[in-house]
Amino acid sequence: MDKQLAVEVEGLTKIFGSTLALDAVDLSATRGEVVALLGPNGAGKTTLLKLLSTAMKPTAGGGRILGEDLVKGRDPIRRRIGMISHNHHLYEELTAEENLRFAATMRGIRRDRNQIHKALAEVGLEMQAASKVRTYSTGMKRRLVIGKMLLFDPELLFLDEPHNTLDQAAIALLNGYVASVRARGGSAIVATHNLSRAYDMADRFVLMREGAVTRRADKGHLTVDQLRELYTRFAENDNGEPRE
Amino acid sequence: MVGAEVVRRAWAMTWKDVRVELRARERMNAMLFFAALVLFIFNFALGPDLSKLREVAPGLLWLAFLFTGMLGLGRSFQAERENECFEELLLTPGDRESLYFGKLAGNILFMVMAEALILPLFAILYNLEIWRALPGLLLVAFLGTVGFSTIGTLLAAMTAHLRAREVMLPLLLFPLTVPVILGSVKATEALLNGTGLAEASHWLKLLVGFDVVFLVVCPLAFEFVLEE
Repeated sequence: MDKQLAVEVEGLTKIFGSTLALDAVDLSATRGEVVALLGPNGAGKTTLLKLLSTAMKPTAGGGRILGEDLVKGRDPIRRRIGMISHNHHLYEELTAEENLRFAATMRGIRRDRNQIHKALAEVGLEMQAASKVRTYSTGMKRRLVIGKMLLFDPELLFLDEPHNTLDQAAIALLNGYVASVRARGGSAIVATHNLSRAYDMADRFVLMREGAVTRRADKGHLTVDQLRELYTRFAENDNGEPRE
Repeated sequence: MVGAEVVRRAWAMTWKDVRVELRARERMNAMLFFAALVLFIFNFALGPDLSKLREVAPGLLWLAFLFTGMLGLGRSFQAERENECFEELLLTPGDRESLYFGKLAGNILFMVMAEALILPLFAILYNLEIWRALPGLLLVAFLGTVGFSTIGTLLAAMTAHLRAREVMLPLLLFPLTVPVILGSVKATEALLNGTGLAEASHWLKLLVGFDVVFLVVCPLAFEFVLEE
């Protein structure tokens, strides 16, 4: 086991009924690295994130997340990861403060009012702390999710289409947060089909199609146009290109 | 301490459900209007014949309790369905029993609140003398509610993501709670007939027995429901 690896999985497979959603995917991410999963809808990105975040059990395959076994060590993994999804996982009838307090309690961490307000202040929502989330705009809800992550302080972050419906300010806040996680030695796995956003955030790219990895690329000297070309060739079109 | 953590998480879940309900007022409003409607409809359907009403009263009372409770259970995971909050609960570390007991406490609370309205309304509409039997009735109502909600909470979680959940929940719940329903109706019948708690003791024992079994089995099954 490599202690520098935050994610180290092999042969991850998920079958729903008779549908093969994920086909023997290998993936690794070192600590401090951001990996982008790129692919069109139905490529298996979200399923892969759900398996990696222990929200689902794999049909086959396994590995380690933050050094813990993916299947047997789900509890310790859950204490150390965070998820930012296009579904923001907030209770609309609760206030921002109540949402954060509830989420912290369910996660088994104690955060006092000052810590909650500090997190809200960092995402620019301190003045709306007592407002119901139902009254928030989509961008504000996303900022609140980032505030939740600030409370959780995860070592590994999973992001599922995080840029959807975000305005520029919220995108800057999100990117800044991911950069801060990385600066602390944390890692992130981002699933998206937004190539330019992925290019800005990630160090490595994993291209997927129909539940399988079709190509991997390091950012290195790759330009965004070259990434787009790879995406068109290996993720978007099934033009007979061999899988990895 | 593990026990304290379970209680803290369960309390947080119940508090959250109560807070959401106090603000949205969707579940209790639906339950209370439905309960009143059921009692009025039965009252009109059965007419003013007091002896007939007394004969069917225990069954009617429990029909009102159970239909109302079913309505509440069907909505108990509504907040979790919105914005996929269920997914976040899945990712919380620690035991799953605390989530279950937190949801269960909320469901029992809402059902008891509805019953607190149903019982006096029932006595007035059906012209029944229930006040002498009230302590016994409250005990039976509580035991029946615990049994019904215990398995109902588990099944509500199981069916929460089904498209046909409104159909599936009663289809699964009523057959499984037949012993609880039978025990509750029979004990209520004994109490309303004035025979007292002693006469109803074997039904009470049955209710306590099923409550204990459900309270042991359902939290264990809840883990599999969430994880799978």
